[in-house]
This record gives sequence, C-alpha cells and structure tokens, in this order.
Amino acid sequence: MVARDANGHTVRSFEEELNQLTNIIVRMGGLAEAQLAGAIQSIVRRDSDLAARMVAGDARIDEMEQEVHSFTVRLLALRQPLADDLRAIVGALKISAELERIGDYAANVAKRALVLNQNQPVKPVAGIPQMGRLVQEIVNDVLDAYVERDVEKAMAVWRRDEEVDELHTSLFRELVTYMMEDPRNITPSTHLMFIAKNIERIGDHATNIAETIHFLVEGKSLTQRRPKGRDATQYRPTQED
Amino acid sequence: MKTSPSAQTSIEIPPTAGFPLVSQGEGAKIAARDVNVFYGDKQALRNIALDIKPNEVTAFIGPSGCGKSTFLRCLNRMNDIIDGCRVTGSINLDEEDIYHRRIDVVQLRARIGMVFQKPNPFPKSIYENVAYGPRIHGLARNKTDLDEIVQTSLERAGLLGEVKDRMDQPGTGLSGGQQQRLCIARAIAVNPEVILMDEPCSALDPIATAKIEELIDELRQNYTIVIVTHSMQQAARVSQRTAFFHLGNLVECNDTEQIFTNPQHKLTQGYITGRFG
Repeated sequence: MVARDANGHTVRSFEEELNQLTNIIVRMGGLAEAQLAGAIQSIVRRDSDLAARMVAGDARIDEMEQEVHSFTVRLLALRQPLADDLRAIVGALKISAELERIGDYAANVAKRALVLNQNQPVKPVAGIPQMGRLVQEIVNDVLDAYVERDVEKAMAVWRRDEEVDELHTSLFRELVTYMMEDPRNITPSTHLMFIAKNIERIGDHATNIAETIHFLVEGKSLTQRRPKGRDATQYRPTQED
Repeated sequence: MKTSPSAQTSIEIPPTAGFPLVSQGEGAKIAARDVNVFYGDKQALRNIALDIKPNEVTAFIGPSGCGKSTFLRCLNRMNDIIDGCRVTGSINLDEEDIYHRRIDVVQLRARIGMVFQKPNPFPKSIYENVAYGPRIHGLARNKTDLDEIVQTSLERAGLLGEVKDRMDQPGTGLSGGQQQRLCIARAIAVNPEVILMDEPCSALDPIATAKIEELIDELRQNYTIVIVTHSMQQAARVSQRTAFFHLGNLVECNDTEQIFTNPQHKLTQGYITGRFG
C-alpha cells in the first residue's frame, strides 16, 4: 500500500517493519482527523455527548504515539537504518509527535464545546466550521502526501496554511466586535477564540508534517520561509469599531 | 568540468563518469584519473577518477567484486606483483606519478603503507616486527634510535602498554586485535604518509574493532588513511569521505554523512539500505 522502491529490501522482515511503521502513522493520522471532525461537529450540532467522546478519544492517539516511539527506537537499534530508511524512521517519529499535538488541540476544542453548549449560541459559530473544514482538508491532504511520498502535494498543504491564518484573523476580529457589543458574549466568545486558535495551530502542525515529508523524500530540509497570512497578534480595535 | 551544484544533486550521474565527483585534484594527497585495471582480458576497474584528501579517512565500500580492493592495491602498486594485471591512467601522490618508471616501488610502499585483512605479523619477536622496516630503510642510526622508533610506533598504535614487558616474545603469540595493532605499528614505523587498510577489522571482535577504529581516528592527525570495509557502520564511524564502487565503476564519492543520510545515486542508496536486487 505504500509507495516504496519496487526493489525491496533483501531482508524482507525489515521491509515489513517499515510498512508497519507507515501504517501506524496512517492510522494515527486517520484518528486525529476523526477527532478534529468530531470536535467541530460537537460545536455545530451542540452535541455534548459527541464532545465528551472526543475528549476521551484523545488517549488512544497518545497511546499510538508511544507505540511509534518504541517501534522507531527498536528499528534504530536493531536495523541500523541508513539513507531513505533512516529518514523514513526519523520522519515517522517526528510526524507522530505532530499528530499527537493535533489530537490534543482537537480534544481541547471538544472540551470547550462542552462549555459552549451550556451557554446561549453566539453568532460567529458559523466561521468555526468553515475554518474547521479547511484544516480538515489540509490534514487529510498532508496524510495522503505522506502515504504517497508526494512532495508536491505536501508543499501545496504547506502553502495553504496561509488561508487558515487569514480565516483565523478575521474570526478573531469578529469575536472582539461581539464582545464589545454585549458583555454577555464575552465568555462564549473567549472560548470560540481559543477554539479558533486551536484549529489554527492544527494547521501549523500539518505544515510541520509537510516539511517532514519534504525532508523524508528529498533528503534535505526546506530552506524557504512559509508564506504567512495576516495574523491576529497585530490586531487592535480602533475607536470607530 | 561539470561541477555545478545542480550536477551534484542530480541522480543521473552516469556510473562511469567519476569527474563530477572530484575536485580538480588540488590539495589532494592522492589524485587518481582515468584509472583502468585489467586482469588479463577482464576489466576490473573503469575510468576511476578520485581524490584522496590529506589527513582524512576515506572509506571504500561496495559489494564483493566491485573493485574496491583492486583500486586500493593500485594506490601502492601492490597489483604489480599480480600476474596479468595491467593498470592504465594516472595515480599521483603529491602530484608525482607513482606509476612512472623512475619510481622505486620499495620506497613508494614505505610512503604508502598497508594493513591487511588478516593480521600477518612476521614470525619474529614483537620488537623485531616493528624494527624490521626502519632497519631495512636505514631510518635508525643506532640501537637507541631504533629503540625509540619501536617505542613510538607501538605507542601510536596503542599497543605499547600491553607489550612493553614482553618485547622479545613472538608477535604471533598476541591476540588477533593485538596482532592487527602490531601490524599497524609495523606500518607506521617506516614513517609513511598514507596508510591503506584492507578490511582491517573483519577478523576481529567488537572490542578489538573499536580499538582499531579509535586508533584510525587518532592516526588521521598524522597520516592519510584509506580503508576498504564491508561494514557500512564502520565506514560511517571512521571515515570523513566515502566512495561507493559497483561493478568496477566509482558510482559516488562524497562526505560520509551525505552518503549515509542522502546518497545521490540510486545504486548507492540500494546498496547501503540493503535493497540490492
């Protein structure tokens, strides 16, 4: 299932282990994707049961990270991998850490959904699923790029993160406006702000994965700087707002 | 000469074109160009072009029969003694052609010493094993001089501590690892500039191997070292440059780190990762 050299390893069990490692990452990625999707659904549908399941589900991703960790240490010690094998193993270790963080952010989104669902709905909730959809696509694409060892696809993800930054900034501005309009919006809007930030961070981790894929395939790190959208750190409401 | 950075990154290096892999030969201790070796009708090496830099360890790797040992033996004309072996092209030591007819091969081999796969001490005492070379090359004026050369050589080979109380015992009575260090002491006793090592650790256990590897790293300060090894890990551990040979061609030569993390040629990649079909 994994795009590797047609010319496989002489030691077939090593080949199988490398495939197995890729498979764990792919399953872990699928799980992180599902966690993110569920967390966002739990906000949109105001579904606290779903949110609670997502919060609990993160433990499985943490376990898988441990699994990848011990597996890679074992492969390094016993197989003494070199060249693209070495990069595949180090890459898997790095990607598993990124996926674990993605899982954490998704769980945090779900936790905040539990609080939000106890409050009156706030209008800009609509912006969250839009941002969520974009980031889900990005995570999905970067995982495809990993399985296919497709640098072009990974780089497309890397560039797309700019859109996420833009969406995050506009959502941030919108939420500040709601808070100024009515102090009762402050609590839910603050949670939404953190949710938006968490989703934005997931996008950043996806770009880190894209960079690892670049290293894994090309054997060298990316030297260019990632295009950045306007970010919310510079935002300051003016008197007219 | 095609040595642009893009040529380096391309994996389309034709296997026979060694030239993009080497510098112009400036600053090289040994510079080989267009080296072809034939055993009778059979060609063992094709158009090898390679620079060996001073005070570095260069490792030759490749599958059995790829020509790495043949090339190593070209560097101090050990192939001269093999019947039917013919070497063409040029190999320069400090810009001097070692195949020139004015070259004294015995002198050459004093400048370019060799250590073999199996430790081969002379059936003489430890002292005599080391003293033999300096004596025939007239490097010592008297007994005191000779004693000093023997001491220093054994010291440099990391063996002195283990043998200083039994210098008159036969060298063949030492352990395998000690014998190999004795052979290294014997090689450095004649004050060579280059040391060639043909799988020097393949008959040794891991501890003896580690000692030799540590020694190689120390010797690099004073000598230029070329080592042929079947152990990729050994090449990775001891060398600064690695050259990969395949079917008589020099496929790739680069910094060792580059070769083992990101080789440019598919054949190198296949070999070091164990994917040779």
